[in-house]
Amino acid sequence: MLGYVLRRLAAMVPVLIGVTFLIFALVHALPGDPIAAMAGNRPLSPSTVAALRQQYHLDESLWTQYWYYMTGLAHGDLGTDFHGRPVSELIAERWPVTFNLALTAWVMKIVIGIGVGVYGALRRGRLGDHLALGFTVLFIALPGFVFAFIAQLVFGVNLQLFPIAGIADGWPMSFLLPALVIALETAAPLARLTRSSLVEVLRSDFIRTARAKGAAPARVVWGHAMRNSMIPVVTYLGLSLATLLGGAVIVESVFNLPGVGGLMVQAIQTQEGSVVVGVATFIILVYLLVNLVVDLCYGLIDPRVRRV
Amino acid sequence: MSETVLATPAAAPARRRDGLRGLLRKPLFVVSALITLLYLAMAAFPGLFTSVDPRACSLAFSGVGPSSGHPFGYDLQGCDYLANIIYGTRSSISIGLLVTVATFVLAAVFGGLAGYFGGLVDGVVSRTADIMFGLPFIVAAIVVLNMFPQRDVLSVSLVLIVLGWPGGMRYMRGSVLKVRNLEYVQAARVLGSGHTRVLLSHVMPNSLTPLIVLKTLEVGAVIAAEAALTFLGVGLQPPAISWGLQLSAAHSQWQAHPHLVIFPSIFLSLAVLAFVVLGDSLRDALDPKER
Amino acid sequence: MNLANRAKSTVDTASPASPPSSSALLEVTDLRVDFHTRAGRVHAVDGVSFSVAAGETLAVLGESGSGKSVTAQAIMGILDSPPAEIVGGSVLLEGRDLLTLPAAQRRAARGSEIALVFQDSLSALNPVQPVARQIAELYRIHRGMGRSEAWRRAVEMMDRVRIPAAASRAHDYPHQFSGGMRQRIVIAMALALDPKVVIADEPTTALDVTVQAQILDLLAEQQRERDMGLILITHDLGVAAQVATNAVVMYAGRIVERSRVRDLFLDPVHPYSHGLVASIPRDLPRGSALPAIPGMPPSLTARPGGCQFHPRCPLAQPRCRTDEPPLLPVKDGRESACHFWTKVGER
Repeated sequence: MLGYVLRRLAAMVPVLIGVTFLIFALVHALPGDPIAAMAGNRPLSPSTVAALRQQYHLDESLWTQYWYYMTGLAHGDLGTDFHGRPVSELIAERWPVTFNLALTAWVMKIVIGIGVGVYGALRRGRLGDHLALGFTVLFIALPGFVFAFIAQLVFGVNLQLFPIAGIADGWPMSFLLPALVIALETAAPLARLTRSSLVEVLRSDFIRTARAKGAAPARVVWGHAMRNSMIPVVTYLGLSLATLLGGAVIVESVFNLPGVGGLMVQAIQTQEGSVVVGVATFIILVYLLVNLVVDLCYGLIDPRVRRV
Repeated sequence: MSETVLATPAAAPARRRDGLRGLLRKPLFVVSALITLLYLAMAAFPGLFTSVDPRACSLAFSGVGPSSGHPFGYDLQGCDYLANIIYGTRSSISIGLLVTVATFVLAAVFGGLAGYFGGLVDGVVSRTADIMFGLPFIVAAIVVLNMFPQRDVLSVSLVLIVLGWPGGMRYMRGSVLKVRNLEYVQAARVLGSGHTRVLLSHVMPNSLTPLIVLKTLEVGAVIAAEAALTFLGVGLQPPAISWGLQLSAAHSQWQAHPHLVIFPSIFLSLAVLAFVVLGDSLRDALDPKER
Repeated sequence: MNLANRAKSTVDTASPASPPSSSALLEVTDLRVDFHTRAGRVHAVDGVSFSVAAGETLAVLGESGSGKSVTAQAIMGILDSPPAEIVGGSVLLEGRDLLTLPAAQRRAARGSEIALVFQDSLSALNPVQPVARQIAELYRIHRGMGRSEAWRRAVEMMDRVRIPAAASRAHDYPHQFSGGMRQRIVIAMALALDPKVVIADEPTTALDVTVQAQILDLLAEQQRERDMGLILITHDLGVAAQVATNAVVMYAGRIVERSRVRDLFLDPVHPYSHGLVASIPRDLPRGSALPAIPGMPPSLTARPGGCQFHPRCPLAQPRCRTDEPPLLPVKDGRESACHFWTKVGER
């Protein structure tokens, strides 16, 4: 088991290097002079500019700069912004918001998606099945930001059930509405996957065996079919959590939640390349780690892939 | 009486054909196909649907609501909104189709090669895909799109293609891996067919269906993604006309001029919905296992 | 198949040639199963009757698609409906008609009084549960036992079907067993509650020949010990000969011959049975081809009129295209559904 984890961690390194380099190179290629952006409208003396350029290794080649960054990263340093604040500190400020939002949305998505999927599979081909799936498709079709506005208007402004925006009310009140928006928007693929997986499992021979044993329908579905049907779903759920933890840019901006996604957009707009790279690295690390954890959980529900 | 004996190998393509013919009896398919055709027509010939010039604007009408002769009212620049929305169809549909077709081809080619040859080819293609997949989509899209000084349909499509091909590639690779080891493919190899022939005439035709199914569902998602990126300010830019731009401009005016948000939203949602439902019906027809 | 034929065959079987013996444990009479397909309604099982007494082994022979497995699943009440629908007949287990029993009582009988051994043990076992738990489930459902008691009984059962080191293997998952051992587990599951009747659906098809013999011995031995009725569904005449006393031969959803297995081998009274028997490898002159039945069994959706077998039958006459032969007593208490049964094997 430990050996497997180590091997997986080792396999993550090239991907991490590749992805960070890609981001690094892209940011490097962004138009505009970072020093000028940093100075804003203050005039800087040529000597200051030169000093700053040297401090941030801006005169070095892309490769050297990347090397400096990666050595820093190996020591847990994600770099600093133009005011000298460590990027890790910026992330630490934003992370609780993103984490709360992602986890809340993820749980809601699981409840809605798996609920609809199971309902559809058990009533497959009937009206309820079509209605439930159609319901989830509606939310894909509605553009995310439009749906977010509508939710804001109906539940925040008109019904006043939830705060309209911001995080002043803390968890859960400030997070429920944006999380629900994310959950509904992304529930459809989960519902489909759950449905098709359960339908397939219900057709398999061992379900027939269970029925031949005289098991009641509820026992057949919950005792035998469910766990098997969750095998492909778990992979998807892992990917989905990893993506959510990377920040929900649109919902964060509509609901004015200061999360990691917003930090990223802001850094791009202010051309703070070091912050863009640092935050991206962090998001990628989270993504890879969550996927690893999911792979390990996989063995818990499917003994066939269990590693000793 | 020999016609009573149905040989099994012939039954599979026949079933696929039956499925496609059965589509015409499905109301959801017919309705979504008609709506899709309407959108395609609007994208190709916007002039047929409105006689008003979308760029003939007068600030005097800025934000004026619906009235007779201008059923959708005017936008903030005082241009006729209906004309703008109709002309906006072209951007969304072109990006949706362009990205879907391009990612389909890339996924089929690279997935086919990686799955069939394995080894080094697979290593290079799969690791590249892993890296692209590891990039957080929105973040990468924002960074890349920021590099273009002027973003039009082509540059936005290009970014969505570059970031979007790995998903389909993995899918294709998986189905090629399955087909490659089937006995008739092995037989073709043993009988001395070259790689090109085996790949093109045996492996590809039998492993494309899952990818086609995946891609038919994707057109709607691409259209929605373009609108979202444009909304964030990193997608299309004026003077392009698009639903995303309209929504992005209107969103701060949501309370004062609700019609500016409502109408493009309806066009956008209906387009996405039509493509998703169309893709869904095609999937059912091509891949009846799921029903 | 047209309505006229269907009506006719109903009449035929309404007067059973040889009424099932009164000592029968399980009595299947005129069982009919239809499938609803996109091409319309098809008759998968079309008026099948047979019975099994305690201690008797009945072989149900036929090619794949002949309706054997559907018959088994209909008796067990585990057909998927839709698309399947039982449209007629009765299945009496010690006089009680399983088909008309309320759902809960039906479930209570399933697995405890009548049990099924599946063909493919790998797919018939739940991949994510330890094997003993799957056997124990029977004790939990039908006997209301607690977890540990049921587990103990399951291990005992594994021991009885001679799985080596049963106690230590009880926690293992299906994929960790060999095919033969897995089949033993499936049999343990079927025998766990001492059922009166066991239906074994191709229990040895997926196994090596040597393992096949072991599994058949195990089945035969358990059957003797418990005096249960055994229905052995197979396409393999050799398997039937090894354990069964009586046989019915199915073709296209109907029974075409009913005989003792011995008689079936020596002197089949239906051209289809004759073809099956003739295609068994035996002492033939070197170099001579093994006789095979030409053609393929009819598909469910494209059934020929008249006798279902006539397109492949060496004895077919014009009459066979239009008149469906009923299953009638022919000689020595045997039955055949052939107009020209006297000519079978003459050639």
